[in-house]
Amino acid sequence: MQQDLVHAIKSNPKYHELVSKRSKFAWSMSILMLVIYYAFILVVAYDKPLLATPLWAGATMTIGIPVGVAVIVSAFVLTGIYIQRANSVFDRLTREIKEEVL
Amino acid sequence: MRLWKYTFPTILLTLAAGSALAAGGDMGQVEKQALNIPAIIMFLVFVAATLGITYWAAQRTKTAKDFYAAGGGITGFQNGLAIAGDYMSAASFLGISGLVFLNGYDGLIFSVGWLVGWPIIMFLIAEQLRNLGKYTYADVVSYRFERVPMRSLAATAALVVVVLYLIGQMVGAGKLIQVLFGLDYVYAVIIVGVLIIMYVTFGGMLATTWVQIIKAGLLLFGATIIAFGALYFASDGTMSPERMFQKAVEIHPKKDAIMGPGALVSDPIEAISLGLALMFGTAGLPHILMRFFTVGNAIEARKSVFYATGWIGYFYILTFLMGFGAIVLLTGHPEFADPAAIGGIKGGQNMAAVNLATAVGGNLLLGFISAVAFATILAVVSGLTLAGASAISHDLYANVFAHGNVNEQQEIRMSKIATVVLGIIAILLGIAFEKQNIAYLVALTFSVAASANFPILLMSIYYGKMTTRGALIGGWLGLISATTLVIIGPTVWKEILQLGDPIFPYKYPAFISMTVAFLGIWIGSMLDTSERAKLEHAAFEAQDVRCQTGIGAEGASSH
Repeated sequence: MQQDLVHAIKSNPKYHELVSKRSKFAWSMSILMLVIYYAFILVVAYDKPLLATPLWAGATMTIGIPVGVAVIVSAFVLTGIYIQRANSVFDRLTREIKEEVL
Repeated sequence: MRLWKYTFPTILLTLAAGSALAAGGDMGQVEKQALNIPAIIMFLVFVAATLGITYWAAQRTKTAKDFYAAGGGITGFQNGLAIAGDYMSAASFLGISGLVFLNGYDGLIFSVGWLVGWPIIMFLIAEQLRNLGKYTYADVVSYRFERVPMRSLAATAALVVVVLYLIGQMVGAGKLIQVLFGLDYVYAVIIVGVLIIMYVTFGGMLATTWVQIIKAGLLLFGATIIAFGALYFASDGTMSPERMFQKAVEIHPKKDAIMGPGALVSDPIEAISLGLALMFGTAGLPHILMRFFTVGNAIEARKSVFYATGWIGYFYILTFLMGFGAIVLLTGHPEFADPAAIGGIKGGQNMAAVNLATAVGGNLLLGFISAVAFATILAVVSGLTLAGASAISHDLYANVFAHGNVNEQQEIRMSKIATVVLGIIAILLGIAFEKQNIAYLVALTFSVAASANFPILLMSIYYGKMTTRGALIGGWLGLISATTLVIIGPTVWKEILQLGDPIFPYKYPAFISMTVAFLGIWIGSMLDTSERAKLEHAAFEAQDVRCQTGIGAEGASSH
């Protein structure tokens, strides 16, 4: 990419908006996924009986099963939330930057 | 493709005849199943269909971009399915359901770990990779760095991962086919090798993609039928998971211990390390990363992860249902019993899903799922072979040895030669490792991918102060430390080499080897005051602008 184009983009305020919004969002979402996953793994490691608690009195189903399934579903939901925001905010900013500098 | 026209019918016939002959041949071994006619018919239909696709793809594969990236014309939805097809290996299909069958809840812990890497890939890597690279992830890690050493590092790490993964797949393939089709191990491995050489050399990424898409569709379809069919029968027609769990607890030797976490994760450090390897290892698998170059732009790359995560997550939930269904429907039924095998069922725990297919849908469903299991191996192995061939032709041959002075046709020819050579190596490794314990391979593959490929990729995208020297120090340290720690760890040192207590106490070394890699990159870059380093710092600005906006990124090809 030519140096003057790089400078034109970098001096565009929308570029800074895009970069700061996206990196803040992407890293927060990554940390959220890590927190969900490691919370699960650490409970597995430190407090097995908690996950083996019956879901209701007399149930065979334990708390661990909906929790495990919820971690799987949360991974999918997080990607969906990211897509939503990327489609509405990040793509619009990217398009506007391109229109202004190219 | 004149050569193709002549060879196509011959190869197809030979294969058909070969498999029929081999199937009727040596049936002496105990493990081998009797000739499975529906399975063989369905498998031949699959092979014929995929070879037809390969023929179609071959006529559309002319440029390097076609060969490596299917012309960049795959949609996000298609790529999501293909990624799922590339990632859901026979090991996860049969292995996880077998683990649930044997230990109950513990199987779910693995599934979760294998899934949670995907959102991270979407948030931090997918779009950036698409914006910066062309055909391989090495394009991204050598973007602003010294080409020869960085490509050599990235290609070596890629090849190590590909070969380790290939061994596991080939041995799994041979054993699985032996059990399912009654084919001799060596024949099975050769058939897999020959088929993937054909898919990849003639049809490149386009054929590979469609083989993976079809396989993903078949696997999801088959697994859905088995899982919900099993739930139906295991819950006396009520479709109530609670009812199925009750019956499973009654019948399973471990009783209600199967409903909560067991011995799989006991040491917290091991748990954290396993999590790191599963999570970030996924983000360092070259055959997965390569798939992001097959779509037209960053938006489609992002979409593909969304679909892939959905399909893979759904699939893991199915494997959990299958495991519990197998406990109820197989245990205590003499037609599936084999007291000598692990778990007391025919073929051992890993055949739980396959036996369950028979219990749910008779011989027809068994045949279908056997063919799907074979298709699964073909899809994963062709993705791996293509990734390995690209590392050889695009990274090592074109960029390291020839310094970029080759034309496209020479590069394509080299990648086809590399495919054939890798296919033959895969066959030979499959034969050599037949009797070996390959349990350590998963630990090793994911640990290497998380400790070498992933750190240099992540840091080259986000760390503006990274220099060639820092990346080389961190990348090689990650690769070497992960490999060494697995060798001196419990699985290889104690169980395989039987040298007594392991020097390193953990099975998964990622928490150390990843730290070493990131520290190596950081310190090596900080201490690098060379002129070259200053240029690399300066070049980050332009790289970041392209990465963020996609301006200047590789487009889709015109046709």
